[in-house]
Amino acid sequence: MDERDSFEERLRQARAREGLEKPPKGGPAPHNPWGYGLRAGVEVVSALVVGIGLGFLLDRWLGTWPWLFLVFFVLGSLAGVLNVYRLFSPRPRASSE
Amino acid sequence: MAAEGKTIDALGQFELSPVGGVFGWAVSFSQSNLFMVFAVVLTFLLMKATADRGALVPGRLQALGESAYEFIAGMVRDQVGDEGKKYFPFVFSIFMFVLFGNMLGMLPYAFTFTSHIAVTLTLALIVWVAVTAIAIKRHGLRFFTYFFPEGAPLWLAPIIVPVEIVSYLARPVSLSIRLFANMVAGHVMVKVFATFVVLLGGFGVLGWVGAIAPLALNVALIGLKFLVAFLQAYVFAILTSIYLHDAVHLH
Repeated sequence: MDERDSFEERLRQARAREGLEKPPKGGPAPHNPWGYGLRAGVEVVSALVVGIGLGFLLDRWLGTWPWLFLVFFVLGSLAGVLNVYRLFSPRPRASSE
Repeated sequence: MAAEGKTIDALGQFELSPVGGVFGWAVSFSQSNLFMVFAVVLTFLLMKATADRGALVPGRLQALGESAYEFIAGMVRDQVGDEGKKYFPFVFSIFMFVLFGNMLGMLPYAFTFTSHIAVTLTLALIVWVAVTAIAIKRHGLRFFTYFFPEGAPLWLAPIIVPVEIVSYLARPVSLSIRLFANMVAGHVMVKVFATFVVLLGGFGVLGWVGAIAPLALNVALIGLKFLVAFLQAYVFAILTSIYLHDAVHLH
C-alpha cells in the first residue's frame, strides 16, 4: 500500500513536470463569445418565459388581466438580467468555504 | 429521404414513430424510447466492464469508464464539496444519460432523444425537484431565506424576493432549453446542408463542383456537433452540481 501511495505521488510529480496536470477549472462559463451570447440569451428568454407564464396564469385565476401580467413581465426581465449577471460574476467555490 | 420531392425537410428527423411492431403501437414505444433504453444499457455495460475488470493498469474500456467516473466525481467534489459525495450517483446518472443521448444521436439513422423538449424538460424538472427537496430537507424552513440575500436592505424585499423566485423557477426552463436548442440546431443545420449537397448533385458536373462547399461545411459541422454533444452533457452536469451546491450551502 505504501509503495502504491508513493507511486501515485511520483506519478503526479512527473505529470506536473511534463505539464499534463491541467489546473482545475471552475464554473460552466464558456470560452468563446458565441457560447457566452447563447447562454446569456437562454437565461434571459427562460426567465421571461417563466415571468410571463406566471403572470398569465395568475391573471386567469384571479381575473385581474392585465395587471399581474405586466408586473411579472417586469419581474421576469429583472430575473433575466440577474441570471446574466450571475453568469459572469465569479461564484463562491465549495473549496473556499 | 433528405431531398424527397426536392424540398428541404429539416424537421422530419425529429418525428416519433412506434418501433417493435404491434408491441410498439400498443404502448406507444417510439424510437426515442428505444434509444433511451440503449443509453441506459450501454452505460450499465460500460460501468460493469469497468468494475468487473478492476485491473491496476486499465485497458481501454476500463480507462474510459474510470475517466468518466473521475470526471464527474471531481466535478461534484469541486462544486459541492465533501457533502456532495452522496449526490454523486445522481449527477453521474444524469450526465451519462444525457451524454449517451447526445452521442448516440450522432450515429447515422439514430434518434437523438435529447432533441425533444419533453425529454430535456423532464430531466431538468427531476433535477430541480430533487435539488429543492434536498435543500428543504437539509435546511427546513430556512431554505426560504435563499430568496432574500443577507445584507440587502429590508425595504428592497418586495422587489428582490419575487425576482429571486422567478429566477429560481426559470432554472429548469433554461436548463432544458439550452440542451434541447443546441441538439436541434446542430441536427437541423447538418440536414439542411446535406440536402443542399443532394439537390446540387442533381444539376450535373457543375452542381458537383458547387456541392463541395456544403459538403465541406458538413464535415466541419459534424466535428462541431461531437464537441457540442459532449459540452452540453458537461454543462447539464455542472449546472446540476452548482444547484446542489446552492441547496447544500444556501447562498
